[in-house]
Amino acid sequence: MAEGAFAEAGADLELVGIHKRFPGFTAIEDLDLRIPAGSFFALLGPSGCGKTTTLRLVAGLEQPTSGRILIGGKDVTDVKSFKRPVNTVFQSYALFPHMTVLENVAFGLRRRGIPDPLGKAHEALRLVELDHLSARRPAQLSGGQQQRVALARAVVNRPALLLLDEPLGALDLKLRRQMQLELKSIQTDVGLTFLHVTHDPEEALTMADTVAVMNKGKIEQMGAPEELYELPKTAFVANFLGQSNLFTGPVVSSKGDSIIVDIAGVKVEVPSARAQRHTDEVTIGVRPEKLMLHTEAPRKAAGVNVLGPGRVTDVSFSGVSTQYQIAIPGLGLVTVFAQNMVFGPVVNVGAEAWVAWTVDHGFGLADEPEHAPKFAADTDTATIALQTRHELLAEIEEA
Amino acid sequence: MAFAAFGSSAAPVEQAPRRRSWVAVILLLPGLAYLALFFLTPFISLILTSLQTPVEFGDVGQFQQAFKIENYAQVVGEYWPHFLRAFGYALAATFFALVISYPLAYFIGVKARRWPLLQALMLTLVIAPFFISFLLRTLAWKSLMADETPLVQGLKALSIIPSDGHLTGTAFSVIFGLTYNFIPFMTLPLYTTLERLDTRYLEAGSDLYAAPATTFWKVTVPLSMPGIVSGTLLTFIPASGDYINASASFLGSAQTQMVGNVIETNFLGLLNYPAAAALSVILMAVILLIVGIYVRRSGTEDLL
Ligand SMILES: Nc1ncnc2c1ncn2[C@@H]1O[C@H](COP(=O)(O)OP(=O)(O)OP(=O)(O)O)[C@@H](O)[C@H]1O
Ligand SMILES: [Mg+2]
Repeated sequence: MAEGAFAEAGADLELVGIHKRFPGFTAIEDLDLRIPAGSFFALLGPSGCGKTTTLRLVAGLEQPTSGRILIGGKDVTDVKSFKRPVNTVFQSYALFPHMTVLENVAFGLRRRGIPDPLGKAHEALRLVELDHLSARRPAQLSGGQQQRVALARAVVNRPALLLLDEPLGALDLKLRRQMQLELKSIQTDVGLTFLHVTHDPEEALTMADTVAVMNKGKIEQMGAPEELYELPKTAFVANFLGQSNLFTGPVVSSKGDSIIVDIAGVKVEVPSARAQRHTDEVTIGVRPEKLMLHTEAPRKAAGVNVLGPGRVTDVSFSGVSTQYQIAIPGLGLVTVFAQNMVFGPVVNVGAEAWVAWTVDHGFGLADEPEHAPKFAADTDTATIALQTRHELLAEIEEA
Repeated sequence: MAFAAFGSSAAPVEQAPRRRSWVAVILLLPGLAYLALFFLTPFISLILTSLQTPVEFGDVGQFQQAFKIENYAQVVGEYWPHFLRAFGYALAATFFALVISYPLAYFIGVKARRWPLLQALMLTLVIAPFFISFLLRTLAWKSLMADETPLVQGLKALSIIPSDGHLTGTAFSVIFGLTYNFIPFMTLPLYTTLERLDTRYLEAGSDLYAAPATTFWKVTVPLSMPGIVSGTLLTFIPASGDYINASASFLGSAQTQMVGNVIETNFLGLLNYPAAAALSVILMAVILLIVGIYVRRSGTEDLL
């Protein structure tokens, strides 16, 4: 990056065949990734899946065991971290404890000889609403305030590529939404490239152009938010990004552009284009909000799948929608989200119910069925709780 | 109502600290007694001695109590070069000890974190010299730097020192001895702060475009300031009062005498107790002043 000037635009990032092994542990396995310049890329995954390690590799704080890293088309695999046009918002903040908030934010600007570092630092602090605390030390700030300083310290440098490691994790919902908007506007204004790590699926879906779901050091699936949500390819993605109802059964026939799967004796149709596997045992799924709840057996119609009858075992009201749990014999629990178009729930616990969905909303997963979660136990949470209670009592009596 | 509420809430607030202070006083008592007995008493006796005057027509070393403040002016007038030498040598030794100890402590405390065994071994080596009397070690250096040793012969051959020059008895050998003897006092406090240094700050520095040298000066050094301050104090204070290294029987000569040496001579040789006492009081006062200014300036209060 040129001395004394900001990046004019974002740079694209390319990871080619990255492996990262720690002594006795493989953190990243064969990672290939291309993030176009100026895009907002979200990396999503459970704790310990290798998100921070990926960012550290890009920042140059860790060397890959094998593979190449390219920023803006230039191979930076062997370039020292302080020479990479990259800044990081660290998960642990890593604010310098011996400097004031203002000096922390001005640090990167001073190193690169940017004119008026203090003025720009004040500006960045105003952006995160902390300018009034600029004279304090990091230790005199709350966790959320420290996180915002960390954000300002990285953003102020306007790097071609900004790495954000759960930068909003410690903020309350309102501030979080506000910071999301700020970040998005900085990113689009300057056209910077953002690589944003989060464990909040909603944040990833709302902010990013592209979302990648990572699991155990591998990217499970990558794509636009809608695509990833509407067409998950693995059970992991289907359940990590929102909830899914999953069913397993053999493919019995395929007609035209769809496959028919036998789910506990019921024929269910899934579009071939939305199914990853077309033969043998497959796992298919549908999102809870795509399900329609019926209190009478719906008429058979083309293009609609029906399961039931089952019994409503749980109704929980959550404001915008109501979540119903329906136990269908042989299938287990099915979850339905229904918009609250009327006051109060449509059905009550114990009622008989059917669920139906448009064939186009179903999806078929790529997992080998034995790895996919099956609804084996035909018991609801209340029964499980009761059983646990009995076991506990028995244990206490024994002792 | 209001009074009752006020009374009940005010009482415990007052009681709590009082009870705690009693415990504190009891715990402090042995320490206070020790200080009174072994510091305050000798200190008062020292000040009284420094104001004594010789007994008229008495023997050498016979003094009586007086208020002879001129003693101070007299010793300053006579021995000011020794004061300058003492603080100069001590400063130089502190500087060299810091320059040698910092990389050593950094290696043990930061780089060797992954190998605890190596850390333990190196720390043992730093402390190992303490197992031998430092008089013996200083004498050993005297013979190592004696005129007929290959070292001195070699230096003469290379004309680094003149053919009639010496290594012992020079400012060089005295500063060398002071540095050598006080290095563990510098290394250990440095090690304790560097051992706790969070390397994530160094990564943050590197992420913010700071080259390793810049990160060192802007992040590592300020964060290890508590160790630097205590290490330099532990070196500078005893070094400026030292009378072994600079003594002619060890690494020094008549030209390298420090304040410690003239105190020794006045006390044990000339039996001029008031002069020795006055020199001690001045030495103490000057060290206190220097240390006070130093701690203020280094701004370590808000780092601790
Ligand atoms: N220096 C290291 N040595 C050995 N293992 C490591 C090291 N750093 C990370 N790991 C391991 O690599 C895996 C990935 O770690 P990483 O920090 O990338 O997780 P993460 O996805 O950021 O998780 P989180 O969401 O909890 O921050 C973890 O299992 C971790 O234990
Ligand atoms: Mg992490």
